Amino acid sequence: MPGLTRSTETVRGCTVSLLRGGSGPPLLFLHGAGGGGAELPFMARLAERFDLIAPEHPGFGGSDEPDWFDNIHDVAYFYLDFLKHLDLSGVHLAGLSLGGWIAMEIAVRSTARLASLTLACPAGIHVPGLATGDPFAWSPEEICRHGFHDQALAAAAIAELPEAVEADDTWLKNRSSFARLAWEPRMHDPHLPKWLHRIDVPTRIVWGADDTILSAGHAEAIAAMIPGAGVTVVPDTGHFLHIERADALVSAIDAHTRDS
Amino acid sequence: MKVFFFHLMPYADVDLDEVRKVGTSWVKLSNRLYDPETGAMLYERYLGQLERAEALGFDGVGVNEHHQTAYGMMPSPIVMAASLAQRTHRMKICILGSALPLRQHPLTLAEEHAMIDTLTRGRLITGFVRGIGAEYHVFGVDPTTSRERFHEAHDLIVRAWTETGPFEFSGKHYKHRYVNTWPRPYQQPHPPIWIPSQGSQETIDFASHPDRRYTYLQTFSPAAAVRKYLDLYRARAQEYGYMALDSQLGWAVPVYVGETDESAIAEARPHFENFRNCFARMPIEFLLPPGYTSRGSMKRVAAAKKSMFGDLAIEPAIEMGMMVCGSAATVRDRLLEYRAEMGFGNLMALLQFGTLPAGLTDANMDRFAAGVMPALQALGERPAGQRRVA
Repeated sequence: MPGLTRSTETVRGCTVSLLRGGSGPPLLFLHGAGGGGAELPFMARLAERFDLIAPEHPGFGGSDEPDWFDNIHDVAYFYLDFLKHLDLSGVHLAGLSLGGWIAMEIAVRSTARLASLTLACPAGIHVPGLATGDPFAWSPEEICRHGFHDQALAAAAIAELPEAVEADDTWLKNRSSFARLAWEPRMHDPHLPKWLHRIDVPTRIVWGADDTILSAGHAEAIAAMIPGAGVTVVPDTGHFLHIERADALVSAIDAHTRDS
Repeated sequence: MKVFFFHLMPYADVDLDEVRKVGTSWVKLSNRLYDPETGAMLYERYLGQLERAEALGFDGVGVNEHHQTAYGMMPSPIVMAASLAQRTHRMKICILGSALPLRQHPLTLAEEHAMIDTLTRGRLITGFVRGIGAEYHVFGVDPTTSRERFHEAHDLIVRAWTETGPFEFSGKHYKHRYVNTWPRPYQQPHPPIWIPSQGSQETIDFASHPDRRYTYLQTFSPAAAVRKYLDLYRARAQEYGYMALDSQLGWAVPVYVGETDESAIAEARPHFENFRNCFARMPIEFLLPPGYTSRGSMKRVAAAKKSMFGDLAIEPAIEMGMMVCGSAATVRDRLLEYRAEMGFGNLMALLQFGTLPAGLTDANMDRFAAGVMPALQALGERPAGQRRVA
């Protein structure tokens, strides 16, 4: 199994930390609000078939906090610059939660360097009447409990939280940057639905059936706005799909990118 | 020294068991627990208490702003200041303060404060605050921009008061093609500005700056913290090249005066403990939303989480100087000691707190005014220096 290498890239003065490894077509994976510094089992699985590139967003973990970091659009433009800087094309773009939102913001701006899009329980779209949680009102422990369907996994995640997590540098940095992007409007861009029709690469939306942060009903609602998008709902799974059902996420990406 | 009666106007009749169950009286506590008739009765009672402060000889009264909470029923302190403007004739009216970053258009604050200043012919003391963390949940204001918005709104308001218009203001957060406020403030160049704070170096640097010399008011903190922050203000002023006056410093603290030390503690106990352990209680996610303050401060609070977020009984609170309580002689001597140690020229006494009922509040006010306040006011003040106060 190929290992991932930690490195940095500097794009127009902003240095981001990233994990990269494997060979095959490029797959850019964009992490959720909890951060992306950790090498998780699903990444190694993806690196078996792809040149996996998993950066930490500007403002998160080991990446810079640039002056221009004001909103989700800034991050989308950054990643378009990032793809150009690495001179990548035919990129399979995948994002989870906050990362799925960023992926949509990228794709409505330009799909020129993209081959496909996989959105795992993406934030970014407000659907009236559908239930959402508010991670900003939750303690780290409550976030873990809401993140998983299987509460044994939640308990394990709580046990692994750093001591005094609320005083942890990375926690404070990630929460602050998450707030900058998603505090108001809460976890969505009201203008994004107007432009989702512009996404012209094959799109697959994957959702945990028991997601209590962004309920699974969002999947069909978003799919209806992206031409040709398909939906995969994973049973007995919460929002932290990439941990709870890494296998389902990896096979969804695998199948979707083979079809594309 | 100047002595003020500061009021939070809590919804004192709230079902405390519900507050304990929900874990906070802020934002998440349903307003189904609010009864309009009770609200009207409490407003009348509290405004009556503040009105009576004039006859008792207080230098002024203070009100403040909080949203979606039983802790304080003044989402707009300006409305209360307008009522007090008509009910009083001599005292200062302090708005401590208005939360600048929570406003979409802080120019409205420049207007409303100028109105109060005009209605009272210059009896307004203006306070500027950022609003507490929970209120960033209420208004959906990004807490990571709180300080930027505060500074920008401050500049906008002070310019609206001191420069004649129309002029254009173009900031990062606030943009106005026309700034041309009518009425202009009654006091010239503008009402005194106070900065209430729980204490931070950034706030002290801002308030003590020689261009501003705003009165810094330390609120509801242990005496050791009050001393530390007032000393920081004086030290900063010295670095800026001037000596801070006592009138530039203030302390807001709950005070209860009984017949004896024992009866005072017995009478105040449940009401203070309700104030501290129910009304003021909120989880850290509400007190400190992401980016609300510097990461260093966030880490200090998170590290002290256990002591800050646990219950506190009245005796250790008195011991720590988070409250002053006892017979008139005890309270007077304690405040004189604190004053000698800390050198503050303004005392904001919270004479009603939590569930303290009307009868005990009246008795507290009477004993405080008769047996404590004269000794404090007799201390006099050093010259008012450069600040112009009408």
